[in-house]
This record gives sequence, C-alpha cells and structure tokens, in this order.
Amino acid sequence: MGEPWVIDVAGLNKHFGDKHVVKDLALQVRPGEIFGFLGPNGSGKTTSIRMLCGLLTPDSGQGTCLGLDVIADSAAIKRQVGYMTQKFSLWDDLTIAENLEFVARMFGMRDRRPVVDQALAELGLQGRRDQLAGTLSGGWKQRLALASCLLHQPRLLLLDEPTAGVDPKARREFWEEIHALSARGITILVSTHYMDEAERCHRLAYIAYGNLLVSGTAPEIVASQRLHTWEISGADSQGLAAALRQLPGAQLVASFGSTLHVSGSDGATLHAALTAFVQKRGLRLAAIETSLEDAFIHLMQGSQDPFGGGA
Amino acid sequence: MNFSLQRWLGILIKEFIQLKRDRLTFGMIVMLPIIQLLLFGFAINSDPKHMPTAIVMADPGPFARAYVAAMRNSDYFAIVGSVDEDVADRLLDKGEVQFVVTFPPGFQRDLVGGKSPVLLVEADATDPMAAGGAISVLNHLGPEVFAPDLAGRRLPVVPPIDLRVHRRYNQEGITAYNVVPGLCGVILTMTMILMTGLAMTRERERGTFENLLATPATPFEVMTGKIVPYILIGLIQVTLILAAARWIFGVPMLGNLLLLYGEVLLFICANLTLGITFSSLARNQLQAMQLTFFFFLPSMLLSGFMFPFRGMPEWAQVVGNVLPLTHFLLIVRGILLKGNGPAMLWDHTWPILLFTAAVLAFGLKTFRRTLD
Repeated sequence: MGEPWVIDVAGLNKHFGDKHVVKDLALQVRPGEIFGFLGPNGSGKTTSIRMLCGLLTPDSGQGTCLGLDVIADSAAIKRQVGYMTQKFSLWDDLTIAENLEFVARMFGMRDRRPVVDQALAELGLQGRRDQLAGTLSGGWKQRLALASCLLHQPRLLLLDEPTAGVDPKARREFWEEIHALSARGITILVSTHYMDEAERCHRLAYIAYGNLLVSGTAPEIVASQRLHTWEISGADSQGLAAALRQLPGAQLVASFGSTLHVSGSDGATLHAALTAFVQKRGLRLAAIETSLEDAFIHLMQGSQDPFGGGA
Repeated sequence: MNFSLQRWLGILIKEFIQLKRDRLTFGMIVMLPIIQLLLFGFAINSDPKHMPTAIVMADPGPFARAYVAAMRNSDYFAIVGSVDEDVADRLLDKGEVQFVVTFPPGFQRDLVGGKSPVLLVEADATDPMAAGGAISVLNHLGPEVFAPDLAGRRLPVVPPIDLRVHRRYNQEGITAYNVVPGLCGVILTMTMILMTGLAMTRERERGTFENLLATPATPFEVMTGKIVPYILIGLIQVTLILAAARWIFGVPMLGNLLLLYGEVLLFICANLTLGITFSSLARNQLQAMQLTFFFFLPSMLLSGFMFPFRGMPEWAQVVGNVLPLTHFLLIVRGILLKGNGPAMLWDHTWPILLFTAAVLAFGLKTFRRTLD
C-alpha cells in the first residue's frame, strides 16, 4: 500500500529457557487502526507485546515500531508508546493524583500539573484525586490505567487484555474511548479473548503457541477458514452435541442455549449427514454464517500446543 | 464435633506438598537447626581463650620469663611478642591485641626483695566480657608461679606481685559501652537489608515493576532512586542510636563523628547492595524476609556483637571476618571508645568495601537476568 507501518516486525523470536514462546512473529499495523491481537492463554501475546514496547529483547528478528528499530532504539520507543499491563500495575498505596504525577515524572514531562488535572477531569475523578488507587473498583482501575498510559501523548497504545474482569458496561465505555483515540490518529494494538471485542477491531491477528496463524479483517479471517455452518434447533436439541460430533465432516459443535452450531470444511458431506440426522429426530436445520469464534476455534484446533503435551 | 479424617489428611498432604515446592522455606527448615547447632555448639564461647597479648619487658629476668610462660600455659593468652611501650599502645588502639602486660624495671629485684613489684595489665575493655576470664586467671597466676622459687626467701604475708589491671577505653567495664554502639550496626544490618529487599520484591509481586520498566526509566535510575531513601533512613537510625548512647547511656565519644558517619555510609551501602541482591533472588516478599534472616542470624552471632569474637574457633572467625558487621563493630567502638583515626580504621574499612564490591558484581549479574 506504500504507507508507513506503525509496527512492522518480522521473524521475532523469544525463548524462555528451552521454551520457544514466540516463533517468527511477523506483524504489520497501519497508522490509526485498532489492531486486535488474539490467541489462547499462554500463546505468547504478552511476550510479543513486551517485545514491541522494549520491555523484552527479542532473541532474533528485526523490525520497526514507530519507525524506530525495535532492538536498537527500545529506549526511544518507550517514550512514544503507552503500555497498559494485563494486571493493574499502578501503585495501590499511592493516590490517583500521585500515580498520575509519578508516571508523568517518569516520562520526563515538565508542566505536569495541568496534564494531571486534565487527565483527572477527563476521567471524572477530580473529586477523588486523593483516594488511594488500590481502593478503586475494577472498572475505574482500568480507566485510570488507560489515562496514565495516555499522559505522555503516545502515538501507539499497546493494551494487554485491558478488559479482563471488567463489567459489560465499563467494557463498552472502554471501547468507545478506544475508538475515539483511534479517530484522533493513535494506533492501538489490543490483545483480548472476547469475540465481541475482536469484532470491534479494524484488523486482527491470531497467534497460537508462538506462531502467528492468520491476520486480516474479521470477515477475511472467517472466510479464510472456509467453514460451512448450520444451526440445529428444536424441542430436544439438548444433549445431542456428542452425537453430532460423530457425524462425518463435523469439525466443530457448539451449544448455544437451546440451539447447536455445527461447522465443517466439507460442506456437502456435512450437509447430507445433518439432513439425515435432523429428519430422524424431527429437528430444524438452517444454514447460518460462520462466526468469528467458530473460525478461531477451528484455527486453534489446527495448531498443537507444544508445551501442553497434546490437549 | 464433625471430624473427617479424610479431610484432615487432605489438608495435611496439601501442606506438605506446598512446603516441598517452596525450596527456600524447606531449606530453612533443614539448614536453620544445623547452622544454629554449629554456631552455638562450636563457634560461640563466652569464656574466650588465646587472647593476643603483647609484653612490654623492661626487666627480662628468669622470673619474668617464668611468668610469661605460665600465662601462655594458662591457654588464656597468646603471646604475640615483646614490644616497646609505644608499639604496645598502638596495637591496643588498633585492637590487634587484647592485653598488654608490662614488667617494670627491677621486677626481679623487687620480687626477690619482697617488695611486690607492680605488674601492669592493660586490657582492651571495649568488650568487657572478652577480658573477664583472662583477668581472673591472672589473679591466681602470681602466687602459683613464684611460690616454689620464693619459698623461704621472703615473707609469705605480702603477695609476690602487685597486679594492677587497667581497663582501657571502658574503665568500669560497662557493658552498655560495648552493646550500644554495636546496636548501631545490628539495627542497620537488619533494617537496611530487609527494607530494600522488600521494596524491590514488593514492586515485582504487585506487578508494578513492569509498569516502571515500561517507562523510559533506566535500571540505574530505578536502583539508585530506590536506594537513596533508605540511606537517609539509615542515617536517621544511626543518629537516634548515637543520641541515646550519648544522653541515656553516657557512652563516651572520643573520636571524630564525621568520620563515624562516613564509615556508617559505607556500611549502609554494603547492606543495601546485599538487600537489592536478595530482592533480585527472591521471588516474593516472604522469601526476601527469609534471606534477610538467613544473613542476619550469623551476623548477630559471629560478628562479636553477642559473643566475644576472639572466643570463636578459627573457622568461625574466618566466616565472621567476611561479614561487614564484624568490621563495622570494631570501627564504631574504635571511633567512639578509643578515638581511632582513619588510618587505624583502614584495616576494617577495606573488608567492607570489598564485600560491597563483590555483592554488587553478583547483584548486577542477577539483576540483568530478571529484567529479561
């Protein structure tokens, strides 16, 4: 496309002991986009993010982040990147204002007072500026953490599972904020487990056991899996999942309340088997669109966990 | 009562499994009794023998030689040699000898003439306990050594020699003179190592360390920024102890206080580097505390704070000489009670510097690893 990438890395590797945690990671993120980073637990998402913001040095690989070399210029990268850790990592025993003040100092900002005041105002926490950060609820902690990442006006935000343990309303507000930031031109890379959040991203990458499996927009990823999906519904659809898994061509079976979703790559075979199956039991069958979640679970099944010994 | 053996066993087994996983705690359970046994059983001796003793001999006759031989045979004295008065004084000041015994001119003549010559024993009484046993031995020694040779040659009513014990630096043998300055070192060891150890592991345990590292702050800024507040705390502690020593316990302060603070600073640095190193070894705050305790216990027992250093067997003295507290105690007592100057203290200053450098080198190596 000819446009400069905000993140453009290739061949990044990281080992911890004899574990190969990130394998040949290649990632390209465009300016101003919200890039979703998905993958099962322990798949190397956090390690990848830490390498991008200079917290960890890659064992091998090269690339740039904001036009700076990820290995040689990690100090310069840190100054322009906002990194929000998975776990709340501000100081519980400092007040809200003290935390912001401290982070501002760490980024060498002069004139901290107005910056901190403005951040507090945007958070709506002016009245509670002297409250200890540790006494905030999960949703507020997360907003405070985001505000502290934004103090030094980074051009790139790296958010590591920012909404884990946050209630739906706070999550939705958080994503509104993310989109507002993106509209202001800030590039955002966010890791998540939630499919609804993945669908809010402009583009996605899926990483499993250190390998980048696929990247693209949500529809592109769904299309790339070439899955055909049917929904089975009816009075006695419960308890049929095990039987459905035995059908030829059924690769994924998932229960959704009183309905079941069955997906497979070989559409013709699966359709024939399903038709016979529902007729015998008097259930309804309908072709539906494959969801992003189906696509990801299919992706996950296709890759093996080298550390988990099979399962 | 609703007691289920199965439940109870479940808890028991879980506890053992967790104990097995926590290597450091497990190590403490095994090592602590062994270390304590070794220290209390073999290393510590509150009636120290083989105290280094210098002789000032103004009248080297057979009687004086017999007396010196008897001192050696008593096992309480290790005679380092005959020196002149000035050298003897310096040896005592530096703490290289515990006793100086001076035989006056005409010792033999007066002895034979029944005039009870004065035998001057100068003891380094900065640690009153260390000198006690040896002095009581000296009191018996006179009549025993000379009785056979003098039998019939003089009147037995008069004691053969006039033993004058001069307790240098602490004339009344007040224990507080020894203990209160020593506490300076003990308290600094405890608090400095523990507080820095906790300060770093707390950041790691709570996950805030990652946040700190994600900022442009460099490891050097983080390390030194976290250390300096504790240096100040250490200096405040020392000031409190010194004030109490001066106005509550009446401990004399003969030396230069500025010099003392300089040495205190070195000692604080030694302990802080150790604390930082512990914090990069420990995975959580509990382990940092355990490591501190592991170091603190031998420091208390082997440094000469609780028991006389010279009473310990050689291997324990070698271990003790590695500990910064051992040298710091001698420095504090040297400055406060003896008025030692910098040149005299150098012998105990460089071991602290060496300790700091060695720990720092090790600490930097482990610190790098924990960042990546």
